[in-house]
Amino acid sequence: MLDKFGIAKRIAKELKDGYYVNLGIGIPTLVANYMPPGIEVILQSENGLLGIGPFPFEENVDADLINAGKQTVTTTKGSSFFDSAMSFGMIRSGRVDLTVLGAMEVADNGDIANWKIPGKMVKGMGGEMDLVASAKNIIVAMQHVNKAGESKLLSKCTLPITGLGCVKKVVTELGVFDIKPEGFVCIEYAPGVSLDYIKEKTQGRLVIAPDVKEMVV
Amino acid sequence: MLNKVVKNADEAIKDISDGATLMLGGFGLCGIPENCIQALVKKNIRELTCISNNAGVDDFGIGLLLQKHQVKKMIASYVGENAEFERQLLSGEMEVELIPQGTLATRCMATGYGMPAIYTPAGVGTEVAEGKEIREFNGKKYLLEHAFNSDFAIVKAWKGDSHGNLIYRATSRNFNPLMAMAGKITIAEVEELVPAGELDPDMIHTPGIYVNRIFKGENYEKRIEQITITKR
Repeated sequence: MLDKFGIAKRIAKELKDGYYVNLGIGIPTLVANYMPPGIEVILQSENGLLGIGPFPFEENVDADLINAGKQTVTTTKGSSFFDSAMSFGMIRSGRVDLTVLGAMEVADNGDIANWKIPGKMVKGMGGEMDLVASAKNIIVAMQHVNKAGESKLLSKCTLPITGLGCVKKVVTELGVFDIKPEGFVCIEYAPGVSLDYIKEKTQGRLVIAPDVKEMVV
Repeated sequence: MLNKVVKNADEAIKDISDGATLMLGGFGLCGIPENCIQALVKKNIRELTCISNNAGVDDFGIGLLLQKHQVKKMIASYVGENAEFERQLLSGEMEVELIPQGTLATRCMATGYGMPAIYTPAGVGTEVAEGKEIREFNGKKYLLEHAFNSDFAIVKAWKGDSHGNLIYRATSRNFNPLMAMAGKITIAEVEELVPAGELDPDMIHTPGIYVNRIFKGENYEKRIEQITITKR
């Protein structure tokens, strides 16, 4: 079974040279720490930055320079700033190659719910609805089950929807799942995790790929 | 002589009255018009409708207006860092409209570009789409979203001149140039104010035609929500 760092490490393998990537808050942010060597990936922050650099040294902290998680960051070589309309313009017009998001629930048709728990959590959708409605390639990074032990990979989302039919791949502590017309297709299982356990913890339609293999992280 | 300079925040907001609709620039606490927010709190202007990406934190930014119950309605995309906001929302004391961040930005842009509405795919199939016109273009569904109608836009820039030309710095740009274009009256507070002619015209983000009043702000706190550092 993977921890959150393992999930981030596995997703980092999806990055390719020259990709523009938007990383959501939480596990997705960790993906930046496991960039494959020898490739250049530009990270987009929807508050208006292309080319997110590492956290600053203490003496270089700049209140005007933050990421979408409101953390202080730096810029990288070749970075640029822009306003929020242009930021979502580049998302909406399909310039961003890969989007990695967290989620509360994903359905086997690619629907995602990650912005609201009615009566409980009121935070707002931020840029999530824009991202899921437009991104060409969305990978969800999340825990396979919720705190109550219930599957988050469902036949139908129970929480308010963020976007329809948009998720292409889900990476959890148990495995990697492509979303195809037949449902969640398990293409890799995490070290030490049995396929039976994955079946038990997946409520939505699950298909084990014929060439399923153990994940290498 | 064209001169949009006013003395301070109190003078800049002098005609904002109870019930006004305001756009307030900033993302989180980054690039917020601190001086004008404090002036609105001091003058205790009430029943405000605020359009802003976030609602500040409990004791800073728009959170200061919330503490004194000056906000009747908040239109925002993300309000996660504010317990008082969540309380007023869940108790029904304050009306809240949550809209996707890109939709918010683009509705501001439409206002400033003189366009009544835009189509966006964000929110199709969600509760955001309820009651809205849906139209299909090239096989994909889009929502009709309207431009805003805002009495005042209040923005924060890094540098400005007496004609109202504005330059923003780093990610404090965010919603500021969009909102600057979208107010019936636009107020800009800046860290550095210079006479017209001193800023390089190629570097201007907001042309002065959009700005009605400008002043040099004071005592910027520029609070940071999450200081994250790399240790040496």
